[in-house]
Amino acid sequence: MNENLQHRIRARLLKVLHFVTLFIAMAIICVPGLWVVLNSFRPTVEIMAKPPVWIPNELNLDNYRAMFGAAGEGGVPVLQYFTNSLIISVTSTAIAILIGMAGGYAFARYRFKGKSGIFIGLMLTRAVPGVSLSLPLFIVMAKTGLIDTHLGLILVYVALNVPFTIWLIDGFFRQVPIDLAEAAEIDGCTRWQAFWRVEFPVARAGVASAGIFAFLTSWNEYALASQLTRSTFSKTMPVGLRDFTSEFTINWGGMTALAVLMIIPALILTFLVQKHLIAGLTFGGVKG
Amino acid sequence: MSRFRPPAWFVLLLPAIIILAAVVLVPLILSFYSSFTPYKLTRPETLYKWIGTFNYEKAMKSARFWAAFGRTVLLLTIALNLEMLMGLGLALLVNKVTYGQRALRTIMMFPMMFSPVLVGFQFKFIFNDNVGLVNNALQSLGLTDRAIPWLVDGQLAFIAILTAEMWSATSVFAILILAGLFAVPRDPIEAAKVDGCTPWQSFRHITLPYVMPFIYIALAIRSLDVARAYDIVQIMTNGGPARRTELLWTLIGRTGYVDAKMGYANAMGYISIFLAIIFTVYFFRKLNAARSELGMAG
Repeated sequence: MNENLQHRIRARLLKVLHFVTLFIAMAIICVPGLWVVLNSFRPTVEIMAKPPVWIPNELNLDNYRAMFGAAGEGGVPVLQYFTNSLIISVTSTAIAILIGMAGGYAFARYRFKGKSGIFIGLMLTRAVPGVSLSLPLFIVMAKTGLIDTHLGLILVYVALNVPFTIWLIDGFFRQVPIDLAEAAEIDGCTRWQAFWRVEFPVARAGVASAGIFAFLTSWNEYALASQLTRSTFSKTMPVGLRDFTSEFTINWGGMTALAVLMIIPALILTFLVQKHLIAGLTFGGVKG
Repeated sequence: MSRFRPPAWFVLLLPAIIILAAVVLVPLILSFYSSFTPYKLTRPETLYKWIGTFNYEKAMKSARFWAAFGRTVLLLTIALNLEMLMGLGLALLVNKVTYGQRALRTIMMFPMMFSPVLVGFQFKFIFNDNVGLVNNALQSLGLTDRAIPWLVDGQLAFIAILTAEMWSATSVFAILILAGLFAVPRDPIEAAKVDGCTPWQSFRHITLPYVMPFIYIALAIRSLDVARAYDIVQIMTNGGPARRTELLWTLIGRTGYVDAKMGYANAMGYISIFLAIIFTVYFFRKLNAARSELGMAG
């Protein structure tokens, strides 16, 4: 009886310990992000207060108002940056998905010589550190006049996203049974029709998640964008964050407001895709 | 009349190969060439002067380069290992939860949405010695009465950068390993329990081998973009104070853009590319090995 009780207490303690550890871990994950969001609604005086103000006295939209306001009053061309980011990310994602679908299909459905070699080769292009790539790209783009244009950055992001998109889409097409397409072909479909009418609908969710992953990469990229864009007409939001820094000081209030603006689209997309994303990464990798 | 028809797989792969050749390969060939010249952005004619391996020798002899190189390898090794262990721990914790697991998984994805540059700014703010969250908390709790110079002291700055890097990437590991834990079959674990295995034994000999491929996937994915740490470091310290947190990437960026010594920067860039390729190939080979092992097991 005593032993039984001891056992029960131990199980209880373990359960509490588990709960506490989990709570702390989740808090560490959430706090830095929420801190940014909270600060975007607080006046700069309060953010910079010493001793610190833990419980906000007032929350307002001043930082947002200032950001959208005139240049002299702490405003930055947010809308322009947002549009640039959106144009560049959406276009490059669309192109990367088309190219990635072709490539992923080739890897999933055809056998050919040097397949794994080509695959690793494509992946390695992704491993090139952005800053090492940005130096020669800077020279090439300066020569071809692509620097500081949407087109230049779009091309770069397509190349950046293609390897990973191929990896993900390859994994999804592998999950589609090959019999399905063959049956369609026996029934009189061409391979092209079989792809669009049978295989693509089955793998559609996977393709969508690859697309969102590519979008997030482009949306958040900084190392290349910071060197290949110069003016308001092509700067993206991650680069725009630097507008709030000057030699020695940083306008934290304004920056957090822009940060929130940057996170919202990413947040929505990530939530939409999370289930497929996990499946894509793992199945693509394991069942290869 | 016979017409040459390329195989279908080649046609399908062609767009990918063309874009990657144009955007990655050609610039890399150019940078390989320019790494043998004293090319300076301010003097274009220097691009045509051949100086052999002078830039590489200069890098090899430079103490500054080796310090940055060592620091980069150290940061990557510590960060990847800690991220993997913490990711595994987090995944095990969440896996035990029976109620509200979906919500927890969603929370875990939170840091993945943050742009690395934003992570940099965010932690620069949090570790600010005057108004940062960390110092404010420590002082309010009475743990210290002076401001700890997180980003000013070399070693503390390294820790701060490591924290930021881990915050942004641990959840990638956790989520992928969690997916692996779902795939572990129940039967062997229950059989082991009946046979009198301790929880540690069944974890070590049953769960871990199953999860291993997932760990390697996470490592492979991470190794593809470890250089994202550049964004974080560039924002938080930009290699400072006095180059004490200089990584290979910030050194390359500074040499190329600030000092305008493109040739020298490209030579160092090539060394960093080889470093990245070694990391990637290593993890992909591990991934393949783990994959075939699992294929045999399942």
